[in-house]
Amino acid sequence: MLEEMIIAGFGGQGVMSMGQLIAYAGMLEGKGVSWLPSYGPEQRGGTANCAVVVSDEPVGSPVVTRPSTAIILNNPSFDKFEPCVRPGGLLIVNSSLVTKTSGREDIEMIEISATDMANDLGNSRVANMILLGAFLEQTKVVSEGAVIESLKKVLGEEKQHLIEVNKLALKKGAAFVGGRMVV
Amino acid sequence: MGKVLMKGNEVIAESAVHAGCKYFFGYPITPQSELVAYMARRLPEVGGLFLQAESEVAAINMVYGAASAGVRVMTSSSSPGFSLKQEGISYLAGAQLPAVIVNIARGGPGLGNIQPAQSDYFQVTKGGGHGDYHTPVLAPASLQEIVDLTKDAFDIADRYRTPVILLGDGMLGQMMEPVEFTEGTEIRKFAKPWATTGTLGDGPPRTITSLELDAESLEKRNWDLQQKFAVMKANEIRYETYLTEDADYIMVAFGTVARITMNAVNKAREAGVKVGLIRPISLWPFPEKPFLETRDRVKGYISVEMSAGQMVEDVRLVVEGHAQVDFFGRTGGIVPTQDEIFEKIMMAAGGVTV
Repeated sequence: MLEEMIIAGFGGQGVMSMGQLIAYAGMLEGKGVSWLPSYGPEQRGGTANCAVVVSDEPVGSPVVTRPSTAIILNNPSFDKFEPCVRPGGLLIVNSSLVTKTSGREDIEMIEISATDMANDLGNSRVANMILLGAFLEQTKVVSEGAVIESLKKVLGEEKQHLIEVNKLALKKGAAFVGGRMVV
Repeated sequence: MGKVLMKGNEVIAESAVHAGCKYFFGYPITPQSELVAYMARRLPEVGGLFLQAESEVAAINMVYGAASAGVRVMTSSSSPGFSLKQEGISYLAGAQLPAVIVNIARGGPGLGNIQPAQSDYFQVTKGGGHGDYHTPVLAPASLQEIVDLTKDAFDIADRYRTPVILLGDGMLGQMMEPVEFTEGTEIRKFAKPWATTGTLGDGPPRTITSLELDAESLEKRNWDLQQKFAVMKANEIRYETYLTEDADYIMVAFGTVARITMNAVNKAREAGVKVGLIRPISLWPFPEKPFLETRDRVKGYISVEMSAGQMVEDVRLVVEGHAQVDFFGRTGGIVPTQDEIFEKIMMAAGGVTV
């Protein structure tokens, strides 16, 4: 198994932490992982993205130019990364924020109105976890249990009360993918 | 303590603490600021001292002072700030003081940008400051390797009484990977009879200086230094080879670029091209052996760098015209992609692009 992913959106949407959670969970499962942030000036006001590699082998290059999965949270990131997804790859889009849609027929696309669904949960900030839940359900790259375990560690003592809503968001994302009409 | 997920900059800092470094003088600069921040938090926990200096120049001179007292000391910066430290590094080399200096390099010249680069290769391997000197340079490619090489850097510094450079790039500093620190490993202690710790009435005052006004004495000091460099050349070479045994072409790359190049090598192998990789880990002293062993049987070498072509000059020096030496690089903070390196290999191997 070799998953090379890009997660991209605006700074503040939880793009970086989503990537860290996947890397952390992969590590807990004994997989090879790497997390590489974009840390350029583009972070200030523009797009922020991170590259995450999860592998059964030790990770070679941490740089991802042709992702097997791209998770996209805004329009500029869609323009930048939608063409890069490798044939047979997966494109997950937060359709609450991304108005564009892919015309590509050689990739799988999941459009999920994650921000609207997060608002239904009463916390718009867990939109990233809904997308993450969808990603995990589709690819099984790491287990949901390992992600929750990671979340407990990443959130720290004071924020443990946020675990529950994050768990709900993960489940909601997973259920969306599980219940999708297969066409 | 098991594996932890950390940023490269933090791994360098924690590894230094594990190596017994208790003194850090620094000044923040992207993309290595996390190292400084980590030390600010961590060193007081182990009874050490962190001090943010007013400038890089001040920081390296504080390092000179601490090293004179015989303690393990480190400073870190990124390219423009590292340039500011060069005067101090020359003084450390001249006064034969052990210290570890980290350069998490970024795009240059000048202020450049904050993206990853390897264009400080000349500066770190050819001296950098004024005078006849070299500093050992270690270039890790992964976060786990940082743990080992940081420890080695301190040991080399103490063993030879020399400043040692730990060279990474913005990518290595910013990325996260699982690392494991071995707890309870013994910190090597080196006797430092030269350190200015007070004479206790047991001898004449000790002096540490790089000043030597008498020409003959300074020449002698220079020959002593050259002799030391020769010993380091004999003992402190580090490198890794990958699939070079049957290779027609050998790629040469260090640090993060070696990892991208390794992926391209694997892809080219799948396409039937016999290609391998030499990864220098010590950039100075430069590993000559893997080139001397292969230069009469390979068709060529290709050096891949995040620069306009610097290490390639050292490759040419050791290959001495026995085989073709080619170069591929990106500059300005652009990271070469696996695909373009692969294409470079395929062009060399068959003269055709794919």
